[in-house]
Parts: sequence; structure tokens; C-alpha cells
Amino acid sequence: MPNALLEMRGITKAFPGVQALRDVDLALHAGEVHVLVGENGAGKSTLIKILSGVYQADRGTIQLRGEPISFRSPRDAQDRGISTVYQEFNLVPQLSVAENIYLGQEPVRGWLGWVDRGRRTAAARELLGSLDIAVPPGGPVRALGVAEQQLVEIARALSRAVRIIVMDEPTAALTAHEIRGLFASIRALKTRGVGVIYISHRLEELAEIGDRVTVLRDGQRVGTARVGEVSTDAIIRMMVGREVREKYPKTAVAPGEEVLRVQGLTRPGVLTDVSFSLRRGEILGIAGLVGAGRTELALALFGAVPVAGGTVTIKGRTVRVRSPRDAIRAGMALLPEDRKRQGLVLVQPIVTNITLPVVSRLQRWGLLDRRGMRALARRFAGALRIVTPDLDRRVAYLSGGNQQKVVLAKWLATRSEIVIFDEPTRGIDVGAKIEVYQLMSDLVAQGTGILMISSELPEVLGMSDRILVMRRGRVAGEFSREDATAERLMAAALAG
Amino acid sequence: MDERVAAGTLRGRGEGVRWERLGLPVVLVLLGIVFGAANRNFLTAANLSNVARQYSPLALISIGQTFVIINGGIDLTVGALMALTSVCAALAMLAWGFAPGVLAGLALGTAVGAANGVLVARTPIPPFIVTLGALSMARGAAFTISGGQPISGLPTPLLWLGSGAIGPVPVPAAVALAAFVIFHIVLTRTRFGLYTLAIGGNEEATRLSGVPTGWYKGMAYVLSGLLAATAGLILTARTFSGQPTIGESQELYAIASVVIGGTRLGGGEGSLVRTFLGVLVIAILGNGLNLLNVSSFIQMILIGLIIVLAVGTDFVRERIR
Repeated sequence: MPNALLEMRGITKAFPGVQALRDVDLALHAGEVHVLVGENGAGKSTLIKILSGVYQADRGTIQLRGEPISFRSPRDAQDRGISTVYQEFNLVPQLSVAENIYLGQEPVRGWLGWVDRGRRTAAARELLGSLDIAVPPGGPVRALGVAEQQLVEIARALSRAVRIIVMDEPTAALTAHEIRGLFASIRALKTRGVGVIYISHRLEELAEIGDRVTVLRDGQRVGTARVGEVSTDAIIRMMVGREVREKYPKTAVAPGEEVLRVQGLTRPGVLTDVSFSLRRGEILGIAGLVGAGRTELALALFGAVPVAGGTVTIKGRTVRVRSPRDAIRAGMALLPEDRKRQGLVLVQPIVTNITLPVVSRLQRWGLLDRRGMRALARRFAGALRIVTPDLDRRVAYLSGGNQQKVVLAKWLATRSEIVIFDEPTRGIDVGAKIEVYQLMSDLVAQGTGILMISSELPEVLGMSDRILVMRRGRVAGEFSREDATAERLMAAALAG
Repeated sequence: MDERVAAGTLRGRGEGVRWERLGLPVVLVLLGIVFGAANRNFLTAANLSNVARQYSPLALISIGQTFVIINGGIDLTVGALMALTSVCAALAMLAWGFAPGVLAGLALGTAVGAANGVLVARTPIPPFIVTLGALSMARGAAFTISGGQPISGLPTPLLWLGSGAIGPVPVPAAVALAAFVIFHIVLTRTRFGLYTLAIGGNEEATRLSGVPTGWYKGMAYVLSGLLAATAGLILTARTFSGQPTIGESQELYAIASVVIGGTRLGGGEGSLVRTFLGVLVIAILGNGLNLLNVSSFIQMILIGLIIVLAVGTDFVRERIR
């Protein structure tokens, strides 16, 4: 066996109240793609943050080409050739793409250190071109979509002289075409002897790009195997520690009366004449490409952005929804796409986050009924099995999956009859996904109507009773559960 | 798995004793011991009651400032608003008598705060700019209305507000203490307080939770204006005249009290207990150094140092955590 490029041994790390990692080993060879999988909260992010110098391990050693090292800062790790692409973007929105890529390593000229802007732009153009990324290097990052920002983030990591590159769910926001481009550049890196640590929830990517896979569960390493010597089912079993039978726990519910009717909803440049209806006990899937207006539809329905025209009828009564408050009063809930920006107050405890929409009902003599708030939060946190030592913990300290559950708990507590899920399973692991699907099934069984916006076609096909496809702000097609196939949905989303 | 327990099975606050919260009280005790040892007048009832009387206006505006800072804003208007209130309330007292004058002063402060609040909530102008503009306008108006001169000949009941006492407690200190208690309850136990904290933590998520964020943001400025007017009335009573010059730089000392206490500039967290301790630090330092005959110029340098040190140690503590 060749000397490993990187060897992490016995890595142990605790945070107040949580043992994040216990005695984890991980080895990476030059030219290898080592895939790291595990449920949210399994310790993947903590492990790579230790590798990239963000956290320091309590115990354990890291060796780079046989030489023991310790990082005191992300800069230390970068200087050693370890580059990390995080899930959260670390781009400066106001700066241009080229400026972001070379931030901190600008090509300079002369003793005054003038930035050689021409050389920087040229280098950025070449780098983006080699990755097949169609983004203008001179334009501001602010103007880019999520997927494009992810690609710029990857280009930035590659611009460093890297020996090891760590990618934390790089494909979560990418389309199939962009993923192919990314994989091509990963293969190019492999031939240059770069080692890649690749975190993903998409197990189908394993066979395509991975060489070896390590499974983490509850902060411990469950196993490491060569890809191809282990089945996807076996990996899922290792991840969740139990058999996962049904991927989509869809239960048949007889649809009830119409609970929501939208007619001619229009927002100039974004939504054009959108009409549809939703019945009790029904999951209406909304498919379409990124930028087709699905999220904008959710925000417009919920009163978070103004609309120019159209009517919304809830339970037979036309309502005017001009703010999220109006929407909640009318019986709607929105689980937004971006939980950190739109869903949670990270510095506040779980109790506050869960009770925020309903706290007006929990008052006595003008004072908050804190016991009532706590009881409500405990009930929903318990029902969703949120893992935390206590309810006063700040949401920022929870894992991604548990944070998503806090958002779910918050909206369940409103007992809304219409629930809009926008990308409900983005960035969460297999086990948590199934819990979310189960929850949807439970909700429709109780007579709730669900709008589910999703970019995951299998999820749309697996959970929806009916599917709307949106394209350029319009409804481009409607399919029943029986008629819908991935091909038909894609065809409607692309043209038609 | 044993460390991780599903919610609801564990109770209590869970984070244990917060040792870092003891830093400021310890500093205060040490300051007390040092000044007490250096000057025998420091720890006398007369001196402490004087300190309380003197720093009550600062305490009042620091309370309003805490709410504004927690929701993510800043209020630079309060010092100048004290002066404008002083001048206008004095004129109103001359025209209509003591009680109508007090009410007019409070109404004026509330109105200026409301104007700030509407601009912050309804326009994209940053709070810093809105309240900086209001500062200049309020100070200019105070000078214009008064002609730059103190307004004297005020009704005698006003004296009680500045120099009176309830038992051993000077009236201004009683007002400030009552405000601390009331607004501590408001911040920790009411919907307004909860929303203020949530807006500072993440305004978009709070709005999407159905909270009319603009209203609650604006209300913090109304509160700040009302408390600044109260502080202005107390200073009017203590000088027994309407003064266009009072309150100079007091908005900066209010911000200093809030951050020395440990409330984060930028919002999302904070408490009035911390602000109370922050005001105490500034008050004890100012009075102690006065008794030691340290010049007021040197005092400014020292207070500046303390501000940077206090906030700096906060960041160091966070890194260690």
C-alpha cells in the first residue's frame, strides 16, 4: 500500500453537550476520491472542519505524507495545500467573480503591490473555461444564481495550489449538466495526483465518482470500503443503523374538498397568470428548473413579495394576502427554501424558534406564557425527534437535519391547513428525508393540503398526487400521479 | 449516543453556571475597593446618592439604546433629543404650568422617536443615517428655539424631580431603577421583547414567521425617544432651566454602556442586566476618577480604553468557547 497522502487517526472532538466525533480514522491517497457519507449530525462536517483548520481536535493526529501536522487556522491548512469548498458560500457578493476566485492571492506587480487586474481576469477566464463554467469573470457574484455561485466556489478552491480538496455536498444545488462538468474536473484533478474528500447525500454519485467510501454514524466511523465492493443498500444500512424499506412512504388519502384556489396570479417578470387548485389530503408537486418561478410562487402566495394581480381563494373565501401574517391567519404555512436565511433565528433557542409564529396566542396579562411556550416546543420537538440536550440550546448549535426539524416543528405548531414545502429535503440525509416524507403523509391524512416544490424528480414523482410543471413563470403542464414520468416532466419543464 | 438525548427528556437551562457573566460584577467590586481605599469619601451614602442622581439620565437612554441595538439598529438621536425636550418642556411649563410641560416633553420625545422609527421601518435608509440626521436637526432646533440661551423661571414643583428623594433614593435614581425593572420584564417576558430579539437575530425569518417586523422595529425607537425625553426632563429639573447644550455626546456613552455590558452590536442578543452593569462601570469610573482629581480629559481616554477592552475580551471569550 502506498504511503497515504493524508492520514487522520483517532480524531475526537466534543462540543458542549455533544460528542461530535469519537476516535475517527480517515486515510486519503493521492489521486483518490474518498466519499464521506452519514446522516446529518453524524460528524462529517466537524471532521472536515478539523481537517481544514476551522476546529481543533481534542485528541488524535493528522499526518500529511507521513509528517505529523497541526492546523491552528484555515490559513494554515490552505498553506499546506488543503482547500475546502463549503456548503455555505464564502463569497463576497459585491466583488466580481475573478476578484472572488483570487481573493487573498491576487497577482501583483511591482513593489507597491498593484493588483494586475488584466492577468487576474485572464486567469479566471481560463480556469472557468477549463471547468466548463459559463460565468463572466468580470460580473459581480451578487448577480449569480445559487448553482453558479457553487461553481465559482469550486473554481476558487481549484485556483489554489491544492494537494487535497474537500468538497461538502458540491452537487446539492447543481443541475445534471453542471454535475457532469464538475465530475470531469474532479477526474482531471485525480490524474494530477490530487486527493479529494467528497461529502454527498446522493448515493448514486458514489459509483460514478468515488473510489472508496467511509460511513460515519453518531460521530464514529462505521466502516470504510472500496466502491463497487459494497452495495448502496448496505451503505444505507450502515448510515442509519437499520433497514430502510420504503423510500417514499406514500399513503393513499381520498382527496377532500378544495382548500385553495389560485387564479391568474401575476408578478411582472416572475409569475404570469398562474392558476391551480389544491384539495384537502392532496400533495400537489411543483416541478421545474431552477429559476422557473417556483420559489417566487411560494413567496407570492405567502404574501412575502407583492403581486400585481390574481385572486387567492381559501376554503371558498377570497382572501387578500399582503404579508406573511395575513397568510398565516388565512391558514397557510411556508417552509422556506433556505432554512438559515429564511427559516431560523440561529442565535435564539429552540423554544423561541418553534413558538415564534404562534406566540401571540401564548400570552397572559400581556406577559408571555413561558411554561406554555416550553410545553408546546417540547411537544413538537419530541414528535419530530429533534436531538438536543435541552430546548434552550441555540439553533446554531444543532446539526443541519435537526435545524430543518426545528423549522418543521415551528410550522406544525401553527396547525395550518395549507402547507407549502419549498425544497423540503435539500441537504438532509436519507433517514431524515424519510422522516420528512412520513410527516407529509401524516399531514395529508389529517386533511391538510400540501404544495411541494422540489428539484428532485424522484421525490416529486414519489410523493405527489398531482404535479404542476412550471416554466418561465407559467404553468407549463399538469400531470396526474399515474401519467407522470420523469421524461414527461422534464419535457414540459424544458419546452412545450 | 448516551450524550445525545431527545428533546423533552431533559429539563432546565442546561448550560450551567455562566462564569463569563461574573466578569463585570468582579470588575465593579474591584473598582469599588480601589476607589474606596484611595478616597474615603467614595463609599459614603452622600457620594453614592450623588452618583445615582448624576447618572440616571444616562441609565434611561441606555435602556432605550439596548432595545434599538438588540433589534439590529442604533439610535444617535438621544443626546440631542434630551436638549430639545429640555428647551420645549421649559417653554411649555412657562406657558401652561408644570404637569402640561412634562407631558409636552414626553410627547415630543415620543414623536421624534416615532419619526425615526417610521423612517427605519419603511425606508431603506440605514438607522445610523436616520438618527444621525435627527441628531443634527434636534440639536439645531434646540438652539434655534431657545436662541442659544437657557430658559429659566420654571415652576418650583420641577425641583422635586431633580433634587427630591423617595426615602433614601433620589427621585432621578428611582425613575431609572423603575425603568430598568419594567423594561427588563418587557424584554424578557413580553411578545415585544421576544420579537425584538428575533428581529435582530434574523429579520427575514421573523417576517416569514408572520411578525410585522417594521412595527416592532419602529417601536424600539419610540421607546428610545420616550426615555430620552424622560432623561431630558430630569436634567431640566437638575439645572432648573431649559438647556439647549445638555446631552452632548450622551448617545455615545449610552452605546458604550450597552456594549461594555456585553450586548452585541449588530443585534440578536442582549439584556438590560448587562446594560445596568455597563452604566455602573461608567458611573463608578467617572465619579471615582473625579474624587481622585483625575482631569476629565484623562477620564475620556480611560473610558475609551475600557470600551475597547470590554468588547475585545468578549470576542476573545467567544473564540475560546
